Amino acid sequence: MSFNLRDLLTADDPPGRSGYADPQPRHGFFTDTSVCIGCKACEVACKEWNDVPEDGLDFTGMSYDNTGGLSANTWRHVAFIEQRKPAVDLGLPTFTKPGEQGEGERTEFRWLMSSDVCKHCTHAACLDVCPTGALFRTEFGTVVVQPDICNGCGYCIPACPYGVIDQREDDGRAWKCTMCYDRLGAGMQPACAQACPTDSIQYGELDELRERADARLAALQERGVTDARLYGRDENDGVGGDGAFFLLLDEPEVYGLPPDPVVTTRDLPAMWKHAGVAAATLLAGIAISFLGGRRS
Amino acid sequence: MSQAPTGRRRRRGEQAMVPDAEFSSYYGRPILRPPTWAATDIAGYLFLGGLAGASSVLAAGAELTGRPALARTGKVGALVAISASMYALVHDLGRPARFVNMLRVVKPSSPMSIGTWILSAYGPQVGLAALTDVTGRFTRLGRVATIGAGLVGPAVAAYTGVLVADTAVPAWHEGYRELPFVFVGSAASAAGGLGMLATPRDQAGPARRAAVLGGALELAAGRLRERRMGMVSEALHTGTAGKLMRAAEALTVTGAVVGGLLGGRSRVAAVIGGAAALAGSACTRFAIFQSGVASAKDPRYTVQPQRERLDRTKS
Repeated sequence: MSFNLRDLLTADDPPGRSGYADPQPRHGFFTDTSVCIGCKACEVACKEWNDVPEDGLDFTGMSYDNTGGLSANTWRHVAFIEQRKPAVDLGLPTFTKPGEQGEGERTEFRWLMSSDVCKHCTHAACLDVCPTGALFRTEFGTVVVQPDICNGCGYCIPACPYGVIDQREDDGRAWKCTMCYDRLGAGMQPACAQACPTDSIQYGELDELRERADARLAALQERGVTDARLYGRDENDGVGGDGAFFLLLDEPEVYGLPPDPVVTTRDLPAMWKHAGVAAATLLAGIAISFLGGRRS
Repeated sequence: MSQAPTGRRRRRGEQAMVPDAEFSSYYGRPILRPPTWAATDIAGYLFLGGLAGASSVLAAGAELTGRPALARTGKVGALVAISASMYALVHDLGRPARFVNMLRVVKPSSPMSIGTWILSAYGPQVGLAALTDVTGRFTRLGRVATIGAGLVGPAVAAYTGVLVADTAVPAWHEGYRELPFVFVGSAASAAGGLGMLATPRDQAGPARRAAVLGGALELAAGRLRERRMGMVSEALHTGTAGKLMRAAEALTVTGAVVGGLLGGRSRVAAVIGGAAALAGSACTRFAIFQSGVASAKDPRYTVQPQRERLDRTKS
């Protein structure tokens, strides 16, 4: 195992280096949003299995999405976007659409639906900045909070480049998706993937999921779906790739995802360097203030 | 409400003079989670921690150059400020009773962990320095603690720049190079302000000069930082942060000019200038804190810089 200062400051236990006696292959999610039907079974399954508290029955006015977004009490969130764009041809059985046989004008329309979740980053900022060690990397390469250690300092919350982890108000601690750590340990798949009726949420070994995603992307592009793209698949992106990655049909920001997230600790060595010089400047500056007259 | 069109991508090689005004988002909702920290606790801590750290340096200098009144101001001021800091930090925890969990690890990748250990090294020395000074007992031990606190003080004042910059919050992370300089400048200005406010004029010379040098550093580093931040610097000029920032600049300049330059001749000027410098430093910290919260809540600050970065790497 190589060691250097940069690793020490920036990479707190990336997958596969966490010192487990029996490391497992890295596991993750591939969420293929092109087949999501917006049923929200994943949201319900997650809430039920993990006993995630109710977080308000709000009317947001945002299409069919009254969940709003990921939070301490929402670990799967289905986004709904209505667009005036041609629908994606997924090769499903066809039928005559309204407006196609001359009765009125046909308008192009499509749904984008996507089930968002914690990305379980390769370089996870939440885990890096956690001052208690409550956040840790599991043997499956996922990132999990230990509720019995978390003291609610809240540092992980602004550190996350995806805005996933959050504080439970009445409880004070930080909560997020565990990828059903308890189920994984028993050889089962996470509750959301188990419940997904269209296999939009796929769980498995990350290497295999990536191959599957590449094949799906190629198939869609061959069919002329040029908007299709993988998000979080690239191991050279700002977070070293996501353990939970997506196939999207539009720009990431349309789904509420950052277009180019970067793990903040990537710049930590440079930050400390500048802070060191600043501290020396303070010492020197005040020393200079003592020059110029013993009694003045 | 709805999404802006996505067809605003620049063609290759085309030079954009101004950033794209259009951007896409999910119903205008924030991408990032804004910090859950309370402004009074955490911006208050940024101010008080800086005040304490720089006051300890002033106190050590005063101790070594035979200015007992200035030394006492620095020592007592640092102890009061760092005690209030510790209260604010523990108070802000979701589970205050679990504060000690900070002490179960030393984690170089977490500035909060490193900060906890810096404060653990600093706090007891500040306490010793102040108590031995006030009681007049164990003066040699007190002298060692005073110098020790003076050496750790700059770390206390500077590390907070890393603490807030090491987040995804655009207005905190962008400009991370200059932020520790803004913070130590602000700290020196505050400590100089306290020094001239609470010390007889004939011993307060170094405090006045610290307020001038600190104020100048804070403003200069702040300007450089804004240039580096690009469009994100808007968050410093709008809303609550903008008001605080304007107040901070006016007060810091007042502190340096009235207190720093005229405070040697007039006690009134020293008091007014000292108070202005302290208030200016507090406003700076609250302004930067609020700019961060605002920049996290508006998806534009997240999407636009990232889009520009992507477009740059593509072309």
